[in-house]
Amino acid sequence: MKSLEWIATLAAPQGELANVQRNGRESLLGIGFPSRKLEHWRLTDFKRLENLLELPISKGIKDSSSIRNKSWAEKASHGTRIVLDPQQNYESIELPPGLRKLNSEELKQHLSNNFGHLSISQNWPLAINQAITNQLLALRVEGQELAKLELVMPAEKNSLTPTRVIILMEEKAKLQLLQVALGAENSAHSHVLEIHLGKDSELNHGFVALGGGNASCLAQISVKQQASSNYSLTTIQHGWSLSRLEPEIIQVEGQGQTTLRGLQISTKKQQLATHSRVRFEGPEGCLNQLQKAAAIENSHSIFNGVIQVPQIAQKTNASQLSRNLLFSNQARIDTKPELEIVADDVRCAHGATISHLQEDELFYLRSRGIASNQARSLLLQGYCQEILEALPMEANRWDILNTLLESVQ
Amino acid sequence: MKRQDAKLILEISDLHACVEDQPILKGVNLKVHAGEIHAIMGRNGSGKSTLSKVIAGHPAYIVTSGLIKFEGQDLLTLDPETRARLGIFLGFQYPVEIPGVNNLEFLRVATNSRRRELGKEELDTFEFEDLVKDRLQIVQMNPSFLERSVNEGFSGGEKKRNEILQMALLEPTMAILDETDSGLDIDALRIVASGVNQLANPKTATLLITHYQRLLNQITPDFVHVMSAGKILHTGGRELAIKLEQSGYDWIDNTQSIKKET
Repeated sequence: MKSLEWIATLAAPQGELANVQRNGRESLLGIGFPSRKLEHWRLTDFKRLENLLELPISKGIKDSSSIRNKSWAEKASHGTRIVLDPQQNYESIELPPGLRKLNSEELKQHLSNNFGHLSISQNWPLAINQAITNQLLALRVEGQELAKLELVMPAEKNSLTPTRVIILMEEKAKLQLLQVALGAENSAHSHVLEIHLGKDSELNHGFVALGGGNASCLAQISVKQQASSNYSLTTIQHGWSLSRLEPEIIQVEGQGQTTLRGLQISTKKQQLATHSRVRFEGPEGCLNQLQKAAAIENSHSIFNGVIQVPQIAQKTNASQLSRNLLFSNQARIDTKPELEIVADDVRCAHGATISHLQEDELFYLRSRGIASNQARSLLLQGYCQEILEALPMEANRWDILNTLLESVQ
Repeated sequence: MKRQDAKLILEISDLHACVEDQPILKGVNLKVHAGEIHAIMGRNGSGKSTLSKVIAGHPAYIVTSGLIKFEGQDLLTLDPETRARLGIFLGFQYPVEIPGVNNLEFLRVATNSRRRELGKEELDTFEFEDLVKDRLQIVQMNPSFLERSVNEGFSGGEKKRNEILQMALLEPTMAILDETDSGLDIDALRIVASGVNQLANPKTATLLITHYQRLLNQITPDFVHVMSAGKILHTGGRELAIKLEQSGYDWIDNTQSIKKET
């Protein structure tokens, strides 16, 4: 099913976000369906993308029988958990000190301001999300005390589940945010997260996407950073038939610190992708980016990393490293750094490596009595460790490492 | 340590092996009994290291003919991990660095694999820490190396100590040490050699592969073999190593050409 036919199947726009829905649908009419001719889509498995549109839109996750997940982790100590539900207005949620919901006036103002800072033109995943999103969770983070928030996106079988979150961080605010997106059977996520970091604010953000079965996940993370703010994003993708994660970070005044770490572990015939874009709109901004992928069996892993340094962004200091590991001759990895540098007084380093699992490392472990499978698992564990360690809020409560290691056992 | 009735541990018969279609071993014969220490000497490219890798089961080395038996069992049908669990240990000339894999965890997994084979109970983290602390003393190694990634950022000497530590934990029946002395200063050589001597016993055997006689000053071999062009050409006692040290490897070439002439 293509975009236009899909729009025809949707219920009429309704509720508080009716205008947002209309806007999304109009945009879709203009965009149509992504095409192989577009650079950022050319490697995508379009069949799977079309399948996503075949799914009925979620009617909400109140009926727990539709939720198919392995057991959930215990809550983090001193952390608040919110389960994202496309049909819930989040009226009754309890928030920790330092966090509050935006009131309707603030929300209206935010949405009227060009839907926050998201540019919808040519952004198909965003248009899809806007076309069907009924509810959104909009939070403001205030004060200087560190707040901890966990957002869980459950797997709802045979449904396309749209979720949208807005987080506005005031000056000097601090937050740890862990998102966990789960997938199973034919579940699909369409997720959009907007974050605004005020001056001197700090956000340590983890996005852990653990799929299963034929599940798919489309996620947009759109961040605007003001000067002296510090944003760290660590993403994990594993187990999706199709996943596409698109972090976009704009340092609106430069002088910010951005750290991006990504890990994709693909197996079977999965296709996992990260398309990141970091743009410096002022001087003296810093970026540290490390993207890792291990492709197992017949899977396909994609990374496209854009860094934009216009004339105004003098003394930008950016580095991007993409390190990839092939576990089989049938697996495929596409990695592409894309640096657009106009300013002349900058330091921008980038590198990309793709290697096979080292035969010597494997033999060394086996020569100590460690079975081939266990040796591969240890090597994969070693490979993942530096990314997993960076996740906030004791993320391994979710048994992430063992889930990743199942890929080679 | 040699005994008349000692059990035959390793028996290599007419072994031929190649790597990437290049023949390296061209008919190696060797018998090692319990309690014996053997040294194999030879210049670079003579096939010494290949022999050690073939015994340990490196998949890149293909045995084209011949036999290796370990305690009567055909080794060539077994994968490297099974050989290790049965009691074959290869100390690497260049121990491999494995980023992100914790050394202590690696040692524990390896030790438990061997213990399972020996019918001993597997050790949990705490029990293993006690054992490893005890064995660290054999190689006088700083416990901080346990917390690091396997061999990552270790100096040459530290890597070799880590090898001997593994040997101390795995308690192999047949230890093969491939150029354990290379890259070691005098102190490190003494510590490593002392570790090997402490671990040698009447039930196990050691095969040292070395270029130089200096290791054999610290570990006294019962037999010295000289390898050249993929074969063992001479076998003797310690005096053979001394002769080699004095005359150099050219002496081997000369004896070879004399043989050919006669």
